Amino acid sequence: MDGLLLVEQALNGVQLGVMLFLMAAGLTLIFGIMDMINLAHGSFYMVGAFLTATFTGLFDSFVLGLIVAVPLAAAVGVVVELVALRTLYRRDHLDQVLATFGLILFFNELVKIIWGPVPLRLTPPEFLSGQVELIPGAPYPAFRLAVIVVGIAVALFLWVLIGRTRLGMRIRAGASNREMVTALGVDIAPIFTAVFALGAGLAGLAGAMAGPILAVEVGMGEQILILTFVVIVIGGLGSIKGAFVGAVLVGLVDTFGRVLLPAAFKLFLDPSTADGVGSSLASMSIYILMAAVLAFRPRGLFPAYG
Amino acid sequence: MRSIILAAGTAVLMAAQPASAQELKIGMITTLSGGGSGLGIDVRDGFMLGLEHVGGAMGGLETEVIEGDDERSPEVAVQLADRMIERDGVQIVTGIVWSNLALAIMPTLARSEVLFVSPNAGPSALAGEGCSPYFFNVAYQNDNNHEAMGQHVQDAGYERLFLLAPNYPAGQDSLTGFKRYYTGEVVGEVYTQLGQLDYAAELAQIRAAEPDAVFFFLPGGMGINFIKQYEQAGLKDEIPLFGPAFSFSQDILGAVGEAAVGVYNTAQWSPDLDNPANLRFVEDFMDRYGRIPSLYASQAYDAALLIDAGVRAAGGNLDDTEALIAAFETAQFDTVRGSFRFNTNHFPIQNFYLREVVQLEDGTLTNRLAGTVFTDHTDAYAQDCSM
Repeated sequence: MDGLLLVEQALNGVQLGVMLFLMAAGLTLIFGIMDMINLAHGSFYMVGAFLTATFTGLFDSFVLGLIVAVPLAAAVGVVVELVALRTLYRRDHLDQVLATFGLILFFNELVKIIWGPVPLRLTPPEFLSGQVELIPGAPYPAFRLAVIVVGIAVALFLWVLIGRTRLGMRIRAGASNREMVTALGVDIAPIFTAVFALGAGLAGLAGAMAGPILAVEVGMGEQILILTFVVIVIGGLGSIKGAFVGAVLVGLVDTFGRVLLPAAFKLFLDPSTADGVGSSLASMSIYILMAAVLAFRPRGLFPAYG
Repeated sequence: MRSIILAAGTAVLMAAQPASAQELKIGMITTLSGGGSGLGIDVRDGFMLGLEHVGGAMGGLETEVIEGDDERSPEVAVQLADRMIERDGVQIVTGIVWSNLALAIMPTLARSEVLFVSPNAGPSALAGEGCSPYFFNVAYQNDNNHEAMGQHVQDAGYERLFLLAPNYPAGQDSLTGFKRYYTGEVVGEVYTQLGQLDYAAELAQIRAAEPDAVFFFLPGGMGINFIKQYEQAGLKDEIPLFGPAFSFSQDILGAVGEAAVGVYNTAQWSPDLDNPANLRFVEDFMDRYGRIPSLYASQAYDAALLIDAGVRAAGGNLDDTEALIAAFETAQFDTVRGSFRFNTNHFPIQNFYLREVVQLEDGTLTNRLAGTVFTDHTDAYAQDCSM
């Protein structure tokens, strides 16, 4: 395995991480700031992907499809927050898990009723469907580079929004002491609705960006939701910075685990056993990472508030 | 409104009445929600069309199909099997798509002497020493489609192959089967996670290994992920892809689009197989459900026909399980595959075909026959089965 291949794999790891970050950012906001466990976050991701696929077909343009689909996913989030989740904020986490798990089932069935059971087709736009030769001899898909760019743009946007604006200040205040903020005359309910819309919109954006790379199918949200929870637990609940670092860490560990572990076992096992053992261990690598992080930093790498 | 409630109440009362001896109850345990549900829904729809084609009464008995969603989880499948046997009193179970689920529920079914007609899952563990008189596979032994592709790749003269399959029983069966008939060099063999989303790391390995061709087995959404990413990485024009039918099944083609056109795959069935039973099946399926049937739907349709023929041959007597098994072993029915018979281990002896992915004039993608790879092919495990 030469150096260039390792560089390419590092790029792959970062790209996977950035895609996970798009999901994790919204989830960590809702989880950390509103103290709400929302298992249905994956459903917004699925809705985002399905809407993007539909509107891309309608307008014959991926960019237009995405521009229409992401606000719609956010709107779905607002409706869910107003109708179902608002009553759950003061309930304990188990109630929230049960209720939002119910929402997963609801959304999966709804999507199946509207779009049918067969996966949809979504391809990258023409101008991003080629490859860019960043590393000599290893053309890299242009769309994956676009995912990295979008992910970093979202990270900057959130950093400014949460850290540098009045709304961000209120969100942070509401997160650390809800009663005090309310006593000072700030109506916290619309702020939470706004955070939820933001989270759902980000999940929708993640779905739209993942759609051309992954299968747009019923149940796609649950596949990525587990990884996303791992990311935010590693990063620290509620922390955007933690979500970014956690996502890139998970992406890198997962990618290098898949590449290096089977190769490492081949040094002392026969090839087919090494492949089996190595890949089994690789599928555990991110959970081992999570356990290791929690052993030393029980509240994650960058815990958001006291 | 009141009449609806009354009707619903009556239906519940009727459902609660004990089964008479003249009623056939079939447990349809399959994946209807979550990942892989496209496959389970095709199985259910294919089976229900088969039931309709035999007049709604299998073997002349009043037939009730009880559906259960296994969510692709072995635990849920076992619970469903227990409930359907204990509470509903089903005599036959079918529907299971995934091999790990089939292995999980088999002990329960064998203990209760309930027949298991598998419309898809055919793990090697149930084909050799572990074969069971209660298990009938109406689809294939898991290795078969991969063996056929191994033979084709060998015949076509490829010498350096890169192999890729998920790390679960059917994935290991897949590569074992492929290598049973492909004897050239294997430059890379990678087992990926079940349900893996991103294949960038594997694609970089493939490019670095410079193989003549890639053989991959990734059913359902995994295959869609892989084929899309393979094309986006620019590999499709450089290194040809080969796979079993599952990697290019009808449920996948719509989602991957042109990325799959021109690719060869192997199966025991194709939508354009020319026999009267298949013509009727494909036409009626498209009429009813508005889509081209997948391989899975064709297998489930045959499962329904097998149960009909088996129960009929046993004279409608469901109480004598031994006689019922004997009747199933020799049951004659008009399979959509043209020819089909059971081996001693209750797995099929049948032909395997080469298929090519083509685009129809209306833009739909589908598979077309491109040759025959094996005639009357059996599996490698039957001689270890002591039935």
